[in-house]
Amino acid sequence: MLAIALWIAISFIVLALAMNIYRLAIGPDIPDRLLALDTMYVNAIALIVIAGMWLNTKTYFEAAMLIAMLGFVSTMAICRYLLRGDIIE
Amino acid sequence: MTLPFFAELIVSVLLVLGGLFAFTGSLGMLQFKDFFMRLHSPTKGTTLGIGCILIASMTYFTVSQREPHVQELLITLFLFITAPVTGHMLAKTGLHMHLRFIAGTRGSLPEFMDEDVGQNRVANPGRPKPPGGLKSRHKQLLRNRGR
Repeated sequence: MLAIALWIAISFIVLALAMNIYRLAIGPDIPDRLLALDTMYVNAIALIVIAGMWLNTKTYFEAAMLIAMLGFVSTMAICRYLLRGDIIE
Repeated sequence: MTLPFFAELIVSVLLVLGGLFAFTGSLGMLQFKDFFMRLHSPTKGTTLGIGCILIASMTYFTVSQREPHVQELLITLFLFITAPVTGHMLAKTGLHMHLRFIAGTRGSLPEFMDEDVGQNRVANPGRPKPPGGLKSRHKQLLRNRGR
């Protein structure tokens, strides 16, 4: 049962990533693309956590934590650049 | 690797729910009509989905290794704190860049400071008086969307 649930979750998240890439390609404005990137890193964290459960290791937890922190910081930096024209004034 | 039945049931249900919510969030981001509508689904649906998946992972490792494994709670807390902040900043960016929104949007723009909406502020950015009624304005906006 767990293997089937893992497969279902992986396929849903891969489909979500494909839709994010499509929005990243067609997004009419810059904030649309930024929103697509923001969603992509959250989905990547989900994929990494599922890979950790699939391989039965705890090693991938640190990778997920790093992606969470760097994704938030980079989204904030790009937002600030678009709002102010500068990141650190 | 083998779990008790109830733990396996809980983990499986949480995994499928999480995948479904993440899928719904991205589907909304693909399907909605303007940026401010598109902002809703990733900040709510995807955050809930990743919360479900992290709780599933936490339960799985706690039961299978027979010791408490709560490090995933860190990621969950971090994501649940940062997702509203990201949504707020993205909405501010969209207002600042005068993105168009569909004509059926209700309510009026609240009063923003000049530094929020930029220098050359327009009174009602997305909604000038439509010449041929709201429907044709909506169609025109939809046509102009993929420029």
